[in-house]
Amino acid sequence: MAATVSKTKNEKKPFHFMKWAKSRKGQQVLICIAFMVIPLLLLFTFTYLPFGEMVKFSFYKMKYSTPVDKRVFVGLKNYIDVFQRDDCFGALKLSLYYMVGAIIQLVLALYLATILSFKVKGGNFFKGLMFFPYLISGIAIGFIFKFFYTRGFVFDTILQWCGFELENLPYWLKDQSINNWSLVATSVWRYFGQNMVLFIGAIMSVDADLYEAAELDGANKFQQFKHIILPSIRTIVTLNVILSITGSLSAFEQPFVITDGANGTGTYFVIMNDIAHTSQKVGLACAMAVVLLLIIFACTILQKLFFKYVFRDAESDDESYKAKKARLAAEKAARRSTKKGVA
Amino acid sequence: MEKSNLQTAAKPVAHRRKHYTPGGIIWLIVEYASLIFFGLCAVIPVISCVITAFKTEEEYRSTNVMTLPESWLNFDNFVKAFQAADMGHAFLNSVIVMVCVLLVSVIIGTQLAYVLNRFKFPGNGLIRNLFLFASLLPSVAMQVTVYQIMTNLHLVNHLYGYIIMMCGTDVISIYIFIQFMENIPVSLDESAIIDGASYWTIYWKIMLPLLKPAIVTSCILKGVGVYNEYYAANLYLQKKELHTIAISLYTFVGPMGSQYNLICAGVIISLLPALIVFILCQKQIYSGIAAGAVKG
Repeated sequence: MAATVSKTKNEKKPFHFMKWAKSRKGQQVLICIAFMVIPLLLLFTFTYLPFGEMVKFSFYKMKYSTPVDKRVFVGLKNYIDVFQRDDCFGALKLSLYYMVGAIIQLVLALYLATILSFKVKGGNFFKGLMFFPYLISGIAIGFIFKFFYTRGFVFDTILQWCGFELENLPYWLKDQSINNWSLVATSVWRYFGQNMVLFIGAIMSVDADLYEAAELDGANKFQQFKHIILPSIRTIVTLNVILSITGSLSAFEQPFVITDGANGTGTYFVIMNDIAHTSQKVGLACAMAVVLLLIIFACTILQKLFFKYVFRDAESDDESYKAKKARLAAEKAARRSTKKGVA
Repeated sequence: MEKSNLQTAAKPVAHRRKHYTPGGIIWLIVEYASLIFFGLCAVIPVISCVITAFKTEEEYRSTNVMTLPESWLNFDNFVKAFQAADMGHAFLNSVIVMVCVLLVSVIIGTQLAYVLNRFKFPGNGLIRNLFLFASLLPSVAMQVTVYQIMTNLHLVNHLYGYIIMMCGTDVISIYIFIQFMENIPVSLDESAIIDGASYWTIYWKIMLPLLKPAIVTSCILKGVGVYNEYYAANLYLQKKELHTIAISLYTFVGPMGSQYNLICAGVIISLLPALIVFILCQKQIYSGIAAGAVKG
């Protein structure tokens, strides 16, 4: 019927282009173009064009306001500067703090997700409490934690309730031995709930029969966690560990909104932001951005390779899982089969 | 992993028999103790703000920050903060930005997902990869040169400029749409074609209505993101009358920097909408978080 419709239309419009445009093939091409023009234009304008410019600017000495013909080509000087200036590449060391924080965050999220995925009274309430920080805007978090860490304010008061003396407490945002940890704690505070929700989702997708069988067999919760939960959500945990590495390298928000990078809390991107928008050394900032992007790509490629490996593993995992289920039905010897699944 | 995320209907963990062994009781105590402890950790910073927001100037100076306010009905700070930061105006701007960005990104996102998912053409894979690659670029780094481009296009200090930019940097929702579309059977399209429907009709009359759950999820996620976005907003909306809610809080930097009773009130006002949305749409938010994780 579709054919007859297009035929009658073809007879009405004898032009070649219109004939084509009315055919199914033509319509497909037209709709593809019509639906893709705007998104691709936006993608090009706000991602790939700036990306190209960034690479180009990184070879120049320039400001935003410098006219095109006044820009000085300096070759690799900006890149050399990135590695030689103390404030640039050295700032990447701060990422280590954030990596440690990210690991703590993942462990905490995993622990709480496990608790919440068993039946707990008020579980949903606690889940909501812990997730909500994720929905607060960066600026608001900045104010909340400036207030929280101010001398003699919230955090100090709570520690005093716990028996600490105010004189023995450091200045949380000024003392260079502790301030980066304060910021990392903020980052953990903000994101652990989101990680937790992610893990709960993954845990919930595990077949409930497995828990039941394990429980009937007298496995305690730690055993259930070790032998059932952990193996089945391994993929998503690995994914998050890898993401947290790239995330730590590009840590920006907490120092930007809370300390503005003062007192040795300026991470790589905070410094870059400062160089670009305050000092207006656009070339240097671009070189910094390119260097970090290269590092992030390297991490991503490693991640992809790693995932190929994990994926191969996951397939065999699936098989043993099926075998496990069959065995469960046959003899209900859950413990033996779960142990085999891990092995 | 994709499979696990699609099973959003949470299966209850089986608990048929409860036997209280000593170990079980200790575990139970540990369980609730950790929940309460970390729950408190999560809310105390916010609660302390709420407490302070209800204090008068006098009270704020003379009492400890964690002392409860004399009256929970003292809304003076909220009124003052609302006026000082011109939050009425800022709310309006935020709403305009959000409505436009959500509308545009839902339309172009679903259209792109429809084309990428339903038609095989040379470059299909390339376009997917271009979007995937774009999601790797940290936005803060990109803003160094996006700023230059925005200036050249005369989009700085215009609400529409900011809106256009925000529409362009969207990858997660496209992935949510594509993922969801993979589960809509192609036979639906085919039978519509046999009935003589054009591709536009298929998109508009079949796909869009079926995509509703995915659209809700992506709107909530993106909506929260846009509402809270402050970095680009601060760069591109420098005029005070263009401020969105997130950056209207910047008013409190500077001369008002130590009046925390006012600042806290402002912060609380700014996060109220997020709180309301969260309470109303918990489920969609949680499932959206799970869906968004797939992109990595």
